[in-house]
Amino acid sequence: MGYVAVKGGAGAIAAAEELVKYFRVKGGSDPVAVRQIQDQFRLAVDKVMGEAGLYAPFYAALAIKQAEGDLVEASFILRAFCSSQPRQYYSVVANTGEMEVIRRISASFKDIPGGQILGPTRDYTQRLLDFELAGESRGHVEQFLSSYLKDINLSGRAAPATFPKVVDLLRAEGLLDEESTQPEEEIFDITRDAVTFPAPRTARLQAMARAETGGLMAIAYSSMRGYGNVHPNLGELRVGYLPLKIRHPEMEGEVYVGRVLVTETEVITRFAAGEDGMPRFTMGYGLCFGHNEIKAISMAVLDRAMRSPAPGSPAGDQEFVLYHTDGIEASGFSAHWKLPHYVTFQADLEQLRAAQDRQRKGEA
Amino acid sequence: MSLSGYDTSGACKGCVSAGIPDTVTGSRDETVLEVRNFSKIYGPSCPSCLESTGPRHNTSVCPKCGSTVACAGVSLTIHRGEILGLVGESGSGKSTLVRCLYFDDEASGGEAYLAGYGDGRANILTAGAQQKRHIRNHLMGMVYQNPHLGLKMYFTCGGNIAEKLLAAGFCHVGRIREKAGELLRRTEIPPERLDDLPAKFSGGMQQRVQIAKALANDPPLLLLDEVTTGLDVSVQARVLDLIRSLQRELQSAVVVVSHDLGVIRLLAGRTAVMKNGRVVEAGLTDQILEDPQHPYTQLLVSSQL
Amino acid sequence: MRSYNFAFIDENAKREIRRKILKAVAVPGYQVPFGSRELPIARGWGTGGLQLTFALIGPEDVLKVIDQGCDGSVNAVNLRNLVVKTTGVRTTYETGEASIIQTRHRIPEEPLGAEQILVLQVPFPDALRAVEASESRTREMHSEMDYHSMWVYLYEDIVRWGEVTIGFRYPVLVNGRYIMDPSPIPRWDVPRLNMAENLFLFGAGREKRIYAVPPHTAVTPLEFQDHPFRVEDFGGQACCRCGSTDTFLNEMVDTATDRKIFFCSDTAFCDRRLEVGKKGETRCP
Repeated sequence: MGYVAVKGGAGAIAAAEELVKYFRVKGGSDPVAVRQIQDQFRLAVDKVMGEAGLYAPFYAALAIKQAEGDLVEASFILRAFCSSQPRQYYSVVANTGEMEVIRRISASFKDIPGGQILGPTRDYTQRLLDFELAGESRGHVEQFLSSYLKDINLSGRAAPATFPKVVDLLRAEGLLDEESTQPEEEIFDITRDAVTFPAPRTARLQAMARAETGGLMAIAYSSMRGYGNVHPNLGELRVGYLPLKIRHPEMEGEVYVGRVLVTETEVITRFAAGEDGMPRFTMGYGLCFGHNEIKAISMAVLDRAMRSPAPGSPAGDQEFVLYHTDGIEASGFSAHWKLPHYVTFQADLEQLRAAQDRQRKGEA
Repeated sequence: MSLSGYDTSGACKGCVSAGIPDTVTGSRDETVLEVRNFSKIYGPSCPSCLESTGPRHNTSVCPKCGSTVACAGVSLTIHRGEILGLVGESGSGKSTLVRCLYFDDEASGGEAYLAGYGDGRANILTAGAQQKRHIRNHLMGMVYQNPHLGLKMYFTCGGNIAEKLLAAGFCHVGRIREKAGELLRRTEIPPERLDDLPAKFSGGMQQRVQIAKALANDPPLLLLDEVTTGLDVSVQARVLDLIRSLQRELQSAVVVVSHDLGVIRLLAGRTAVMKNGRVVEAGLTDQILEDPQHPYTQLLVSSQL
Repeated sequence: MRSYNFAFIDENAKREIRRKILKAVAVPGYQVPFGSRELPIARGWGTGGLQLTFALIGPEDVLKVIDQGCDGSVNAVNLRNLVVKTTGVRTTYETGEASIIQTRHRIPEEPLGAEQILVLQVPFPDALRAVEASESRTREMHSEMDYHSMWVYLYEDIVRWGEVTIGFRYPVLVNGRYIMDPSPIPRWDVPRLNMAENLFLFGAGREKRIYAVPPHTAVTPLEFQDHPFRVEDFGGQACCRCGSTDTFLNEMVDTATDRKIFFCSDTAFCDRRLEVGKKGETRCP
């Protein structure tokens, strides 16, 4: 009888697994190489690394292949893998001023020191379905690469790799609420301790950095649209490579261990009175793995919203935001209703019949 | 069935009652509540808060640190069977005092002793959270000006009254309903409305449900915060009559907070006049109304009568 | 293939979970927050129970995993496979033989002994969630034993429907102190939590909470004197396999006869009855 056969479970599961494998390759085309996913689906890889909380582009690409492109599922696979790995080191707190920038823009000023750098963005292109891509061949790619690299001048007028931060201009002028930019002394680790509320800001930022992009966006959007009062001005959005260092017991000082691609945003919001009564701008901060601008913006808006919750604003409610935006938790629980629930349903059935009986007797 | 002599055997040991205290008994002049040197300051507060606020300065806001001294140096005593009036303009600190006594807000300083808790010798203001809850549930009743503060509009009328009874350990639905029905009758609400939502009731009726709820555990102390403010005059009169007759019968100690001298005159035997967080005059209500001593009281009496 | 640590999660994490278990045992019914790890099983599919099992299990343990009372249920099979794959422990269907039993939605019919641990998977660790959505608020309510909104909820239910209509996850009071969600077990199983010989551990992976009912601990369902708690009544129906009338039954429609038939939800118990009764007939749905 269906999926709760008394002892047929093991066989059914094995058969279902085989079927998944079959469905993945039944089209008969060449298997997708993990390297291809890593190179050509870079935004999907970035999303998966961010939501899993593990910077591992190749494994993320592998997870995407395994999940047949379901990014929440891929994040879940990657995060579970992470649990099996011991944690060796914590990095030294990174300074995003040292980021090697590939894109940085500010909406707050027409021009900024170092200049606006569009970098790789689709923002100002028309979203027309590109039929030419359907016929893209290896030859096309090679031809494009060689001519593109020949045309751009990589020598001489090379842009500086690092830039001053836009919000530092405001900070220098005393226009920023410093409290909102100061790190808390002790950094909470959400992967080691359960968050309780009110949660410290470090816990909130970590949780959002691992949150599902769509969920984060939906709640942040609600705040921008009217269920809340955060009216952000994008101080700076930057995408680039952030060098990470650790302290190694056997080596002197800080040791460079590699760099991660991150997206960082600082949104400037309406002013508030500081402790000394002086009005200043307040800031919201967002940072996530990879190139994921929507997520970083949403995160910054929610960071700000949660620090001065407004009545009727879900975005300002820490519990509401943090409990409901983890894609792995939300998807797992939403899917769990597929599990057999016939024992609890039986209990409900019995209650309902008893209530109906009482009703009938009462009417009689 | 007498309200005060209600049989509490409906409470069972399986549920959450942390022990039901002995009913307060004693002579007529037994002290129910004693408040000593109570203060409540909103804001950072500084050493000059107290000396630079009050009626002499005609402000509650400290000019130095900006804190609001809502109450300072307030001392009161209330006896069993007595109604004490607290009168003053809005912002005088009278509501703050009762809200702190009911633990809706935390006192900044001072002491309060309540018969029935720690032999009347333990300061309730510094009791632990669980003990405060116990005191609220067993020894006090509160009626707010805004019924939304005192009632849960999505619970039935009976459920709201039951909340108090359940908190005190009642564990028998039949007895809860019997008692709730009786309380409704006493507060002049048709008992058949027991299972209706108070959201559907008129303002005067909501206040009566609040009173029924506040009386549910026969509390030795009842706090009434501007209970008739905002009601029609005729409705006001009925609610005041109700309070007076219930109080006579139950002999509880009552604190009535009002900005309306008419209400105070009708209900309170003794009255304290508050201004800028201080008690400026206290005594028998008749005396205060006939022969006000403090200039502020004189102003109050002449403007309202 | 990469090899995983014994019982998947790393030893430091296991140690931390065991410390949290000790705390939970020391304060019966209190929800202890813990740093819940992600597992290769989805959130909501038993990750809390699984972390408890992983933290406790050693090579000598004998494991039983059930879902809806059934050893062969799909998710039970999957969870058992994961534990076996990462530990190699012996598994069993026999309730009496197991040292650790991980379960979802049922407590086995056969009473457990002092040497056994029942690990329950928990979706909603807080019984007060029914009356209060905010976690910080319910933590405060628990700390102050502020439980009257729960009681009003039950009162209103009785007024509206004539009895408490909570079919499963029936709230209980543990050791006279904490109101606890016993996990989505039917009411049938609730009395078995009271003064039991064995330890009950509850794990909520997604919600990151562990709680416990130690042996010989009073566990009482919330009830009114005139509306006592009652377990499911199957109207004298018997299991179509073993003929049992004193076990939790599930109903289904027999497609051959179009009749409603009943069968034990605890399949191991049903099998045992069959064997003992030597009925021989194993025609089960």
